Amino acid sequence: MIAETGLAALWLAAGLAALQFLLMVLALRTDLDLNRTMRSVAIVQGVLTLISFAMLLLVFARSDMSVALVFENSHSAKPFIYKVAGAWGNHEGSMLLWVTVLSVAGAFFAMLSRRTSERTAVAALGAQATLALGFYAFLLVASNPFARLFPAPADGQGLNPLLQDPGLAFHPPTLYLGYVGLSVAFSLAVGALLTGEVDQQLARAMRPWVLGAWVLLTLGITAGSYWAYYELGWGGYWFWDPVENASLMPWLAATALLHSINVLAARGALKAWTMMLAVVAFSMSMVGTFLVRSGILTSVHAFAIDPQRGTFLLALLAIYVGAAFTLFAVRGASLKEGAPFELVSRETGLVINNLLLSVILGIVFLGTLYPLIVEAISGEKLSVGPPYFDAVAGPLALILAVLIGVGPLLSWRRERRPVLTRLIVPALIGVTALVITIILWPEMRVLPRLGLSVAAYLATASVLPLIGRNPLRTPVATWGMVAAHAGIAVALAGIAANAGFTSERLAIVKPGETLAVGPWTVQLHTIEPTAGQNWTALEGELRATRGQGVVVLKPQTRYFSDPSMETNEAAIRTFWNGQLYTVLGKSDPSGGWQLRLWWKPFVTLIWAGGVLIAFGGALALLGRLWRRRRAQSPHDWHSARYA
Amino acid sequence: MSRSLRFAPLVLLILVVVALVWRLATPADTTVSSKLAGKQVPMFQLAAGVSSKPGLASGDLATGSPRLLNIFASWCVPCISEVKVLQGLKSRGVAIDGIAVRDRPQDIAEFLARNGDPYQRIGSDVQSQVQIALGSSGVPESFIIDGKGTIRYQHIGPIEPSDVPLILAKLERAR
Repeated sequence: MIAETGLAALWLAAGLAALQFLLMVLALRTDLDLNRTMRSVAIVQGVLTLISFAMLLLVFARSDMSVALVFENSHSAKPFIYKVAGAWGNHEGSMLLWVTVLSVAGAFFAMLSRRTSERTAVAALGAQATLALGFYAFLLVASNPFARLFPAPADGQGLNPLLQDPGLAFHPPTLYLGYVGLSVAFSLAVGALLTGEVDQQLARAMRPWVLGAWVLLTLGITAGSYWAYYELGWGGYWFWDPVENASLMPWLAATALLHSINVLAARGALKAWTMMLAVVAFSMSMVGTFLVRSGILTSVHAFAIDPQRGTFLLALLAIYVGAAFTLFAVRGASLKEGAPFELVSRETGLVINNLLLSVILGIVFLGTLYPLIVEAISGEKLSVGPPYFDAVAGPLALILAVLIGVGPLLSWRRERRPVLTRLIVPALIGVTALVITIILWPEMRVLPRLGLSVAAYLATASVLPLIGRNPLRTPVATWGMVAAHAGIAVALAGIAANAGFTSERLAIVKPGETLAVGPWTVQLHTIEPTAGQNWTALEGELRATRGQGVVVLKPQTRYFSDPSMETNEAAIRTFWNGQLYTVLGKSDPSGGWQLRLWWKPFVTLIWAGGVLIAFGGALALLGRLWRRRRAQSPHDWHSARYA
Repeated sequence: MSRSLRFAPLVLLILVVVALVWRLATPADTTVSSKLAGKQVPMFQLAAGVSSKPGLASGDLATGSPRLLNIFASWCVPCISEVKVLQGLKSRGVAIDGIAVRDRPQDIAEFLARNGDPYQRIGSDVQSQVQIALGSSGVPESFIIDGKGTIRYQHIGPIEPSDVPLILAKLERAR
């Protein structure tokens, strides 16, 4: 009965989404006040999908093998946490999670949003329901998660060891929350374009959603990057894999949106541009989902290739994004740009920020789809890898990082004060860093060298907005901005240090022999067999020293029995100034072992920076929400109206 | 924002969707193109696999018209079903030679008597030397060789009935 309840709830939710679409059309065509009805329906729809998803969790938790999805993806002997995580570790379950987040976001919007006009709210809720409707159809027609098996098998078949990792169990839902959080921005943009009410109120209503989604995307990407780093054993943190790019593209668009929305909120300018970014950001999320789910590009993440599902998702993408862009093309002309601004102003700074981010987005988009285009034209197969992305996106990212230091110092509309003089100290620090790298490491490549200098400059420049202000009276959102910008400096320092200082050694070593990497001398002490619940392994004991004290590391080569698989478990030791990363490889007939060692100075700064960026975003979000509550005094016409 | 600029995102989207539709519509090409395609057949001379037919040497493959060289063995199960497809090709005028890998004459004769015999010549490659020189990693495998003795196409695995049009097209192109 549980599975049937879930399916019934899903059908009912789909029906309500269709009803919302009709209500939207009715509200836009007539003068009927459907605001309350619309909001109630949206909330009920959200509750129904939550029930549906809860039922899926329940059948997985109970290991109900009569449900085909559970049979295929679970096993009664799995640890409980992975039984539950198994609910979204497959195609159908993850699409149900997607639509659940989509409609729950709609329900929250219906409950909380009091900022836009009623007409725009109704239109946005209708747009959100229309989005959900397509994904309901996709689930019910092409990927029913609740399909039964008869007769029920005794036990399940799936016990994929790769997915039994806490990082991997929670990394996809975090990214999904981020992806789908952008759907509200999309719906609001569509709603506002439909009613023609693109104004400052709209920007203020949209901003918390963009900030929240952006924070989750940042965390999801950071976590995914660290997972790839420690789990794959290749020593890299970013591979420019199509699916990594699929998560980076919405992030880049959302970052641009986050900044342009401030221009719209504060000055009423950049209307058309902001609306387009809001559409693009969620479109990139859909492109990402399509790339992962259709398996159209070769990638480590591309799961089962299913043309029917791919076609369905592509049709949804084309319909939704096509409709939004058409609406934008038709209605964009009627948007009156707001207050003008002069060349030297914060508006200009943010426009340049947006241009650079858009160009980087375009580069990543082109690089990801380029193999597809080339194969379509010439039939040649190729792949675009790190050399392209690093060489093209790297310098642009550095220019952007330099400008991050300038932008926040500019005032709105026009800047009369000499801003550049305030940047003398950061610039001197940057130049000093450059000189130091030239003296100490003359053979370092150009990009890491510039990266370190710019990071030093930006770390100082990013705190300038706080100088000369009372810290207690500075808005929380400003603290958030400073933290996020400092986070960029920290991550940039980590990236540059990793690129410039990493030492790597790969050699065949016999037990008792030593190998030097960076400041470390590493001895391969012993190789011992060991075993876990569903694997056996050969474990090396390494004794590493740099002058004083001995550090023991135990990298493994693991052999999983079912399914048969071999993995390298890297042993990583973190120090304040870097990480020692060790991988044990194959044995060789002479009795030696392949040993791969990396000394990566300050590599942890990459993820520390990512977390700091997300923390800054969270602070900004809290600041905005807190200020909003304070603003809702009895004199506020908005709260008076809804009191 | 000018009119053409406002339509730019829509046009870009249409282009991308067309590219993706094309990609979904064309099945992914997973065939491995042989490194030997375009190269001469390596020099070899093999003794007869069965007493009733002549053996095979590299010179026998450059006869002025394209030929199909099939690598098989009597102990190979997929070869049994493949032979029937080869019979069909033979009846459509395709000249087929065989190389029997790690086999014995009486076993080859029995195999041909039971399953059919599409071959004009059969060489016996007892030590797999010619097979390795051709860059073939298993049985069955087939090569299309043009009139000058150049390898034009390598087919890995048995030729299924569904592969017949492909093989005929490749033979036609090797002409």
